[in-house]
Amino acid sequence: MKPPPFSYHRPATVTEAVTMLDELGPDAKILAGGQSLVPMLNMRLATPAHLIDINRLDELAYVRVEPEGVRVGALARHADVEHDAAAGRAIPLLAEALRSVAHPTIRNRGTTVGSIVHADPSGEMTAVLCLLDGEVTLVSRRGERTVPAQDFFVAPLTSAAEADELATSALFRRPTGAATGTAWMEVARRHGDYALCGVGAVVTLNEAGALTTVRTAYISMGPIPQTLDLTLEAIGSNGDWRAVGEAAAAQLEPEEDIHATARYRRQLAVVLTARACRLAAERAERARRAAPSHPTGGAGRTGSGVEGER
Amino acid sequence: MIGEPIPRREDPRLVTGQGRYLDDLGAGALQVAFVRSPHAHARIVDIDVTDALDVDGLVAIYTYEDLAAADEAGSSHLSEPLPLLIPHPDLTHPRTAYPLARDEVNHVGEPVVMVVATDRYVAEDVCDRIRVNYEVLPAVVGLDAAIEATHLVHPDIPGNIGAHMVQERGDARAAIAAAPHRLELDLEIERSASMPMEGRGVYARWDADDRTLRVYTSTQAATSVRAAIAAKLAVPIDRVEVIAPDVGGGFGVKVVHPWPEEVLIPWAAMRLGREVKWTEDRREHFISSAHERGQKQKVRVGFDDDGRLLGMEFQVWHDHGAYTPYGLIVPIITTTQVLGPYKPGAYRGEFWSLYTNTVIVTPYRGAGRPQGCFAMERTMDAIADYLGLDRTVVRERNFIQPEEMPYDHGLVFQDGRGLVYDSGNYPALLDKLKALVGWDSFAEYAEQARAEGRRVGIGLACYVEGTGVGPYEGAHVRVETTGEVVVATGLTTQGQGHQTMLAQIVADELGVPVERVTVTTGDTRRFKYAVGTFASRTAVMSGNAAALAARKVRAKALRIASEALEVDPSDLEIVDGVVRVRGVPSSPGAKTEIPLSTVAVLSNPLRYAFDAEAARATQFAVGGSSEEPPVAEDDEPGLEAVDYYSPPRSTFAAGMHAAIVETDPETAEIKVLRYCVVHDCGNLINPRIVEGQIHGGVAQGVGGALYERMVYDSAGQLLNASFMDFLMPYASEVPTVETDHLQTPSPLNPLGVKGAGEAGVIPAAAVFASAISDAEGFAITRMPISPSELFELRERFAAGEIPPLRSRSGHISGEGRFVRAKEDSR
Amino acid sequence: MTPDRGPTEQTHDISLTVNGVLRQARVPARRLLSDCLRHDLGLTGTHVGCEHGVCGACTVLVNGQPMRSCLLLAVSVDGSEITTVEGCTDPDGSLGPVQRAFMECHGLQCGFCTPGFITTIAAYLRRNPNPTPEQAREAIGGNLCRCTGYQNIVASVLRAAEIMREESGDAGVPAAGHGRGERA
Repeated sequence: MKPPPFSYHRPATVTEAVTMLDELGPDAKILAGGQSLVPMLNMRLATPAHLIDINRLDELAYVRVEPEGVRVGALARHADVEHDAAAGRAIPLLAEALRSVAHPTIRNRGTTVGSIVHADPSGEMTAVLCLLDGEVTLVSRRGERTVPAQDFFVAPLTSAAEADELATSALFRRPTGAATGTAWMEVARRHGDYALCGVGAVVTLNEAGALTTVRTAYISMGPIPQTLDLTLEAIGSNGDWRAVGEAAAAQLEPEEDIHATARYRRQLAVVLTARACRLAAERAERARRAAPSHPTGGAGRTGSGVEGER
Repeated sequence: MIGEPIPRREDPRLVTGQGRYLDDLGAGALQVAFVRSPHAHARIVDIDVTDALDVDGLVAIYTYEDLAAADEAGSSHLSEPLPLLIPHPDLTHPRTAYPLARDEVNHVGEPVVMVVATDRYVAEDVCDRIRVNYEVLPAVVGLDAAIEATHLVHPDIPGNIGAHMVQERGDARAAIAAAPHRLELDLEIERSASMPMEGRGVYARWDADDRTLRVYTSTQAATSVRAAIAAKLAVPIDRVEVIAPDVGGGFGVKVVHPWPEEVLIPWAAMRLGREVKWTEDRREHFISSAHERGQKQKVRVGFDDDGRLLGMEFQVWHDHGAYTPYGLIVPIITTTQVLGPYKPGAYRGEFWSLYTNTVIVTPYRGAGRPQGCFAMERTMDAIADYLGLDRTVVRERNFIQPEEMPYDHGLVFQDGRGLVYDSGNYPALLDKLKALVGWDSFAEYAEQARAEGRRVGIGLACYVEGTGVGPYEGAHVRVETTGEVVVATGLTTQGQGHQTMLAQIVADELGVPVERVTVTTGDTRRFKYAVGTFASRTAVMSGNAAALAARKVRAKALRIASEALEVDPSDLEIVDGVVRVRGVPSSPGAKTEIPLSTVAVLSNPLRYAFDAEAARATQFAVGGSSEEPPVAEDDEPGLEAVDYYSPPRSTFAAGMHAAIVETDPETAEIKVLRYCVVHDCGNLINPRIVEGQIHGGVAQGVGGALYERMVYDSAGQLLNASFMDFLMPYASEVPTVETDHLQTPSPLNPLGVKGAGEAGVIPAAAVFASAISDAEGFAITRMPISPSELFELRERFAAGEIPPLRSRSGHISGEGRFVRAKEDSR
Repeated sequence: MTPDRGPTEQTHDISLTVNGVLRQARVPARRLLSDCLRHDLGLTGTHVGCEHGVCGACTVLVNGQPMRSCLLLAVSVDGSEITTVEGCTDPDGSLGPVQRAFMECHGLQCGFCTPGFITTIAAYLRRNPNPTPEQAREAIGGNLCRCTGYQNIVASVLRAAEIMREESGDAGVPAAGHGRGERA
């Protein structure tokens, strides 16, 4: 299984890259981590005429904690994000979800932004981006624009990025609120496989410990990542997370494939929603207890989930 | 040496990346790719290569027409179907493929066009541009479609039936009808495959000066490939060399021969006068090598109040794919090895071997035994459940007892010989297994788990395996004048440590340090008569052959030494490569000892002394007077011997596995908490190698029970033809294996060994079905099983569509009856 | 090593420092690193099992990090430092600790997947020299083996760690988070 022939281009700057994209036309593809693209090339499922290798664009190799959250440059490898201590403190959900992305060896090369642009509905970071109200910055000769996560995923393997646009970074927003907790859970056939169902959960509490927000996002449950606001259901169910799970599953329309029936996926959605929300709620509660009595405005405390839990 | 877990001689090379696997060879060779059928069933209308001709780097394109033309111009036989390797009178409608498809294709992946180019990338470019016009025909996919036979795979094979076979002993139907109790089971096992980490490959070189064809192929049967190539290409077999290099796993798939590629690549090499190489990629392996395991089964048993079998009827519908090159081996093994360690009373085994438009089916580790074991073991569980007996008790009551050995089942085995178990102690094996897994204390553990909301279950499965199947293997042992011992055997190696195991045997027999013994396998230049590596036969066959050859060498060495030292041969021993008088302390140079290297020199009366050894040898006088010829009439020069081992019949190994699983009540995920193996393969040559074989077999068993399944759609497309979707287990999916051993030496061969290669995988589907059934409270009748499938079964069970087991994990009362554990409040 | 080049495909001159030695190659852009190492540079120790990144037999170290060489274009890693299984020996050419451990623990049978494990484990032990049995199993969790059932490979990881500790003169720190200092 060898790639078909293509012309190879290696820009040294973002400007060069963007110019190439424009000039080479729609039959040019960006090569970043390549962990999704190269298998497709090897299988000859992708036959681009041009490959634009952005692996020299060091300016895009960063993981940065900003006031709003964590900004990940296009060349940041999954492993870079996973092991970045500051990012881990700011948004622990990133590392938690990343641990389910393939295997460490793949994460050493694959990029988080790349996997987001690849828009595989089973890619964990697509759901994390949606869950955290993230956005993707795209650059082209026409200028720069930012697309919010909810508009970014169009169809399986299709993002809102135009053919002449290069994604330069993705921003994951810190959950806001007095105390927040997050969790990522998935069921996969083998360790590291694409999830049969994956759920990310964000739970926010007020100072008194009452639920103010419960949101979840799903992979492998539809053509694009699904995001649900379960606040009302959660408040109404009064601690019965299973009921919240049922309510969530009722809003999802998973498909069947060779690994799982639709009914089983729905069951996983029920169970994993319940488990993830429960865990996120516990972490939020822990964060609330650990916080000083007066919250610090927009930058609430987030449960880190490192205390030896499941 | 024998019996010691010494480290492997192969390893230093392999851990430093100095292995020489097929694709590591032939750096300058042209490379091959194939246009393979994208359709499961189609007529070839035409092949248009016009667009491919101007690809830079193209060397040649071949289709069936070229094979036909070559046959006409010469004496090759490439335009005929590939050989039917194992005919059988009941295989009334065999069919094999052409090396390149002639008029039609019968499975996705069948080779149609061969492309030779400067490298593989270019060859694939050429393939992309070749346009084959097909007329698509209806595809027959799956056993139901094959049986229904609305469409036929081969128009002249009615009902898609390749073979129908019945074997019986006694009147099973009458025995079942007359029995106090009866049960019927419908079972199913799905397709999987060997899937070695290295695919197939062939590298050929034609030496025009020498008129010799040398073929390297990643095979388990080098000598047979040689015979096939010689026949197909009309090259005198004497001029064909076939070498199996380092092989990255086989597990059965590489025993098929000749693959189309194994005749086509050498043919291209001869025709082009260039070295030619083909290394298959993973997708090719999925769609054009071989699969195995897929069967539907029906069991009817009659038994008494104690659970003793009175009669058993076993029917199998076996999916053998598009062609039958390997004959009926797999279903024959299923319907004979189903009997396991039990006495079935009257037995009737029947199978239909059916065509489908899918990849061919040939043996994969276990070769039909896993399916047979599955059928019998599910039956045993069902009987136990029906009578409220502990599952081990029912089995015990049906065991062949040690004093009943040898036990003749009155049936014919896969080697055409009687199914006669030579030795074994099944009650002792079961005792060991129960102790190892803690069978009797499980009920308590299960109850505790249930109280915590966890769902656990325990299962077991027993099997018997006919190993060391003939007809023969041979070995050549030679002591060089340097003192090195060179051993060659014709069968092949794919990771089983033969170079170590055989060295241990020869070192032991000869009395030399194992470091001085070098072993070659699978090279027809060094040993020409062999069968191959499969059916857990190497230790039995080549091991014994090597022992016998070494014994001959030893006897000759002692004879020559006894003349040189002027003592009686019975006063001599060989220690550390030195022949010396027993009881006399070592003293080099004294006339009480002589190194084997010197004996080797003495065995070959040369005119010229080439080295120090030869010079040293002159101090010894051997041979008769100057009146007699230097080499006696019944003797030969050289300290070497060849011998063969040919068994009267297979020797039967046995084993029992137990597993404890936990199923998630909500997600139906299945976790293996413990996996225990007790097995008996007779005497062990290298315990570490044997244990490694068991670990590997168990991993494939876990894979086959819980993860691996070939998924075909109704059009015959293999939907999961990649490692992404065909799920082989990683380390996270495979449990730690706990093992215990029993050794009942085989009375059939000098070393007392039995085969061990397939032991780990045979009972896996059965043991997991048993354990999951125990955990869930309903019978599992189809494997493999995934969480999604288990969930769907739970839904059906909750809806009352599946009956519950009568009993759950419990404990055995004083009278040996099973007492059910407390019901949980579901 | 490069066969007679028919194709007039554009080629690129790249240099790679492989196992400490600077190597040059002239390759088309689509040449996978696995093929470049094996066929252009003659280092056949790195094996190819799937070419879709799942089996791990092709794993090499790129600037010290394990990566699938079947998913890398050689041109893309131009200028990098590559370590293959051939480079996992000790500086004097004798077997390295991971290699020795595999031999002692019967961690290989056919040997085809072994190079990918050895490079992965060598890199892992540099980061985590004291793994527990669970961590050792997880460390090898991304590589497929069809022969060994992984048990002896897990043992090889632990044994390699032990050898490295012995050779560095370390008295033996209890495994991280384990406390009992047991081995599987």
